[in-house]
Amino acid sequence: MIAAIGNALADPWSSELLRRAFLEVALLGVAGGALGCWVVLYELSYSAESLAHALLPGLVVAALTGLPLLVGGAAGLLVAALAIALAGSIPAIGRDTAVAVVVTALFGLGALLALSPATPAGLESLLFGDPLGVSDADLAMAGALALVVVLALGALHGRLLVVGFDRSVARALGVRALAVDVALLVLICVALLVAVQGLGNLLVVAVLVAPASAARLVSRRMAAMLVSSAAIAVAAGIAGLYVSYYAHTAAGASIAAALVASLPLAWLARALSGSARRLRGA
Amino acid sequence: MRDLVVAESLSAGYGDRVVLRDVSFTARAGERIAVLGPNGGGKTTLLRVLLGEIEPLAGRLERPARCAVVPQTERSRLDFPVSALDVATMGTVGTLPWWRRPGRAQRAAARAALEAIGLADKAQATFGDLSGGQRQRVLVARALVRDAPVVLLDEPFSGLDAVSAEGLERLIAELAADGRALLVATHDVEQARRWDRVLCLNGRQVAFGAPADVLTREVLEATYGEAIVTLPGAGDEAIVPPHHHHDGHAHEHA
Repeated sequence: MIAAIGNALADPWSSELLRRAFLEVALLGVAGGALGCWVVLYELSYSAESLAHALLPGLVVAALTGLPLLVGGAAGLLVAALAIALAGSIPAIGRDTAVAVVVTALFGLGALLALSPATPAGLESLLFGDPLGVSDADLAMAGALALVVVLALGALHGRLLVVGFDRSVARALGVRALAVDVALLVLICVALLVAVQGLGNLLVVAVLVAPASAARLVSRRMAAMLVSSAAIAVAAGIAGLYVSYYAHTAAGASIAAALVASLPLAWLARALSGSARRLRGA
Repeated sequence: MRDLVVAESLSAGYGDRVVLRDVSFTARAGERIAVLGPNGGGKTTLLRVLLGEIEPLAGRLERPARCAVVPQTERSRLDFPVSALDVATMGTVGTLPWWRRPGRAQRAAARAALEAIGLADKAQATFGDLSGGQRQRVLVARALVRDAPVVLLDEPFSGLDAVSAEGLERLIAELAADGRALLVATHDVEQARRWDRVLCLNGRQVAFGAPADVLTREVLEATYGEAIVTLPGAGDEAIVPPHHHHDGHAHEHA
């Protein structure tokens, strides 16, 4: 029985394709899980989702013209940011509405381009990701992303806490809130650009938002939240790949489902430990 | 006593809009100064000028390089996964280069500040789980970590129960006795009477001086408008501004 389980767990690792996929989701999990904590605490989940969707036309144009996806995605993000700033500056339109209008328009444009007859195959992987098709370059990018995110979050930890905790007093404490906001947004954009190639345009936000929300439910300190969020993201990514392997489901979607499933599980864990505490106290 | 802050004919505001004009006062080491005034009267603007967040529009201002501030507690996030020690440590972040996060020395300084305000035993407690009075003291500790000679407190008593308020008032007296100057924005005229000097603001400086000289009916009317309330049968001693004749005024601040 144990041998059978061991075999079942080991089996996917014999495939080069899956080994690379495991590595890719683990690296993206570390980066997305840790960065996601600040996305959630700064209440940027909606912004992150909007940015991810708004870069679709850039990705599609890159796919059509043969440019690197990274370049297309970066251009898409830039256009989206400018369009949101422009729409938001119209007095009668609130910021919220501006984001919604611009993102829907850009995502629609991306879909329009993608569904044109001239589009080569592979659009599906832009939308839903293709962790089984990662190249060496993708892996190197994911590795670099994980390194940059961990180093940047380590260096900026104190400043991120000060601004997130009470922005109105940051200046008096010697911290420039705008610089911290910009640094965080740049990190989010870079993470989206790199992760979108493995996890897809529609699902990439799951790795930023779901593990961090789950970690928040079970952690009482920032350091614990960062570590558990990254651990949850890595575990969910690997679990999703197992599900995909044995249930023959789409890999990107299985990973997204596993990431999101961590949230009710964390909620359950918290409820159970709460009632255990109460039982002991009674 | 040394003058730590000197303001002469100071005006302040935002862009072309002058919010506060003709402010002239001094704050000496060891003094508690009550800053009275209606909401929108310029109290917060004065604090921002003293902190160096905005430049004076006119006049002269001498202030120490470092002024510490204790903001209103309701601005801080109670849902953040941080301990009292984490919050006190935030006071050290601005002293470090951007690529360094607080280390052992900074945490030791934060621990000492928590000890100074009598909350050493709560260092590991989650900030959001503390009582309102304890949270206010932790924010005082965060301000003290930078060891600034001038400490500004923005309505620190709002929302505190009587026991916590008493504790905070004792703490403020101790901080002043250590040689700091404290400017405290408040609505409590009775409290202001017990302190060293009073600065009344209402878009301009209405009065500045010892409580006995400043806290007259005329000055309070000029500060708060006509709407002040006189408690029956008690002379000048019991004049209270309109929005302070019942407890709990945390809702006043937008």
